[in-house]
Amino acid sequence: MRFVDEFRDADKAHALAAKIAALCEPGRQYKLMEVCGGHTHTIYKHGLEDYLPESITLVHGPGCPVCVIPMGRVDDAMHLAAQPDVIMTSFGDMMRVPGSQGSFFDAKAQGTDIRMVYSPLDSLKIARQNPDKRVVFMAIGFETTAPSTAMTMLRAAAEGLANFSVFCNHVTIIPAIKAILDSPDLRLDGFIGPGHVSTVIGCRPYEFIARDYGKPVVVAGFEPLDILQSIYMLMVQLSQGRSEVENQYSRVVPWDGNIVALKAIGETMELRPYFEWRGLGFISHSALKVREKYAAMDAELLFEVPGVRVADPKACQCGEVLKGVLKPWECKVFGTACTPETPIGTCMVSPEGACAAYYNYGRMNRQRVPEAAEASRS
Amino acid sequence: MTSSREDLASTEGLAGTEDTAGTEGLAGTEQDQPGWIGEALREHAEHQRLDVNAGGRRQLPLADREQQVLDRIDRARRRRPRVREERITMSHGAGGKATHTLIEAIFLDAFRNPLLEPLEDAAQLRIGASRIALTTDSYVVKPLFFPGGNIGDLAVNGTVNDLSVAGATPKYLSAGFILEEGFPVADLARIAETMRDAAAAAGVYIVTGDTKVVEKGKADGCYINTAGVGVIERDSGAALGVARAQPGDAIIVSGPIGDHGITIMLARGELDIEADIASDTAPLNGLVAGLLDAVPEVRALRDATRGGVATILNEIAKAADVGVLVSEDDIPVRPEVRGASELLGIDPMYVACEGRLVAVVPGEQADRAVTALRAHPLGEQAAVIGRVRAEQPGIVQLKTAFGGTRIVDLLVGDPLPRIC
Repeated sequence: MRFVDEFRDADKAHALAAKIAALCEPGRQYKLMEVCGGHTHTIYKHGLEDYLPESITLVHGPGCPVCVIPMGRVDDAMHLAAQPDVIMTSFGDMMRVPGSQGSFFDAKAQGTDIRMVYSPLDSLKIARQNPDKRVVFMAIGFETTAPSTAMTMLRAAAEGLANFSVFCNHVTIIPAIKAILDSPDLRLDGFIGPGHVSTVIGCRPYEFIARDYGKPVVVAGFEPLDILQSIYMLMVQLSQGRSEVENQYSRVVPWDGNIVALKAIGETMELRPYFEWRGLGFISHSALKVREKYAAMDAELLFEVPGVRVADPKACQCGEVLKGVLKPWECKVFGTACTPETPIGTCMVSPEGACAAYYNYGRMNRQRVPEAAEASRS
Repeated sequence: MTSSREDLASTEGLAGTEDTAGTEGLAGTEQDQPGWIGEALREHAEHQRLDVNAGGRRQLPLADREQQVLDRIDRARRRRPRVREERITMSHGAGGKATHTLIEAIFLDAFRNPLLEPLEDAAQLRIGASRIALTTDSYVVKPLFFPGGNIGDLAVNGTVNDLSVAGATPKYLSAGFILEEGFPVADLARIAETMRDAAAAAGVYIVTGDTKVVEKGKADGCYINTAGVGVIERDSGAALGVARAQPGDAIIVSGPIGDHGITIMLARGELDIEADIASDTAPLNGLVAGLLDAVPEVRALRDATRGGVATILNEIAKAADVGVLVSEDDIPVRPEVRGASELLGIDPMYVACEGRLVAVVPGEQADRAVTALRAHPLGEQAAVIGRVRAEQPGIVQLKTAFGGTRIVDLLVGDPLPRIC
């Protein structure tokens, strides 16, 4: 298939694997973090780690939108959904995320009106079709999905739709990366930058990582060769002692981002003073809320939201996994108490979550390709 | 306190962390709390004790510790299935893990007998000197009419196929209709005509039936339930079963996968994607007869419906306690299906077919089996997609087109609405 197979070419992958292996300094360990959950998914789905020598470890970062939603926030959403005349709409991933009282799916089975949508615009359709109901969209995601929420709000405002509101849980990636960089228990050598987020915010916001923290960043696409090439570009920088922001995904990501999308977000949303992230705790200026101008569409103002803080189960080590301190399988409850069927932590829920990806795709003995195996022996 | 100290030791050995606070929480308060978290943790503690009894070594090398965790997961997965949910969710009907758990924990547990236990697509019965296969199936597809067919031929073909892959020659079908008040009679007539034609094409008779009407809103238009009876004429047919798969066997699919499921998803019109594809619904009895005549040594046949080829491969791996390795490059998928799957983020391996089978045959018979399948119009694109092996029993692995490897597990729950 055109525009897909080219980016999954095994011959090119073998060639890249050899070049990557050649750049590994004997005895040195490399830890590279892929920030975005979409990358984690690609890495596991295509078995990309088979192409890497043992000395390169991929650390799975915090860029999985549902993984960073704290339990209390899910409970708040369930409370909202249970209000009279409310139809809650949500992306599919969110449906299985457990709060302290179960997930959206469980609530749905008990009769709460929760509907899965593919786009926030579908929520508008539901709102138009049900004028006597109050339709709430459970908005989640990084800068990738925030513009579509923003555009939906603008459309609702233009139509004068009075029964549509947004429960805003959008988060921003930069403060999360900064929190990880400032975390004392983590040593990273470089970052595979999030591709989709960067289509909106561009590459400039990562410059502080290279400048202030001395870590190279390569913004990467989502096909397996994109990621392998980005790892190669990171290894070249590391071998030359450089730390710069580079754009591997230039076919999609403009250096300055998407101004129209940024404007739409700026028009409808503003930064919260602080927001709780699952496992990472409260991070200041790390999330978005609905601007006062659009208060009529802010579910947090329209409804009483309990805002209860629910502590994560102590046994759950999602925080350490999100920060990359622990590999998924190193978590105490991984695979026994916490499985994709009965996830305790959010990392086990989304196909983009590090734990779910490892459990579903990587639960096996790895067999490296010859190029990578040879480098592992030396 | 002995047990909590053991917990602590094994936890450190596994995770290599100094997080004793978390471990105390695990052993103490959290396990006592009601609800699903406490329950999960109690079960987990039980497994940790097993680990400790089995050796409980501390601070193993990294690779060994990972292996220990993998072994522990493997044990957890072999536990007796239990339905945790208090109510039925859509996942229980999606054909993945939740469906398997429901069947084994509720139905098999209640009805257990040697004829049911193999959980094949049809039961094998002996009545007098005759060997009979009996199957039943229900159809709740939405929309009722879709490119390539409607609920009527889907019901007939699905029942014929369940009998065919059980090694039987399909003979007689029943048809029960549950109709919603207000359902157009013209639509019902169209469905009945299609069923008549499908039965004629498959050489079976619809010999008994039932009709119920429920109030508006209590059903979605028209549901169909069928039963099917077939005669097992060949000894090779009587012997079929996924538990017979052996290392060295070849795994074959009879044609491109995923056509039906993708067609239905697109026909719902919710995704605003259009593609030139149609359901693959078709009777497989002719194809199966040709295969069994050419290769009586066939070990197992399954039609890849709900849950797709991936689910069948997992059933093989589990029932025969063997490993399965398939190659993504060898699995036939139409470009339209692949394109739609890429857009939707769906793996065609999990998408339903309604006219495709998976065959397990001895390795040395693979070429003969593929030739026999290709001789039939429904098997023109038949292909060997992988092998059964002794390594990694219970696990299905995929060699990706990119050249890596990954696991192909049972689906946890279908994120999409019902498709058959």
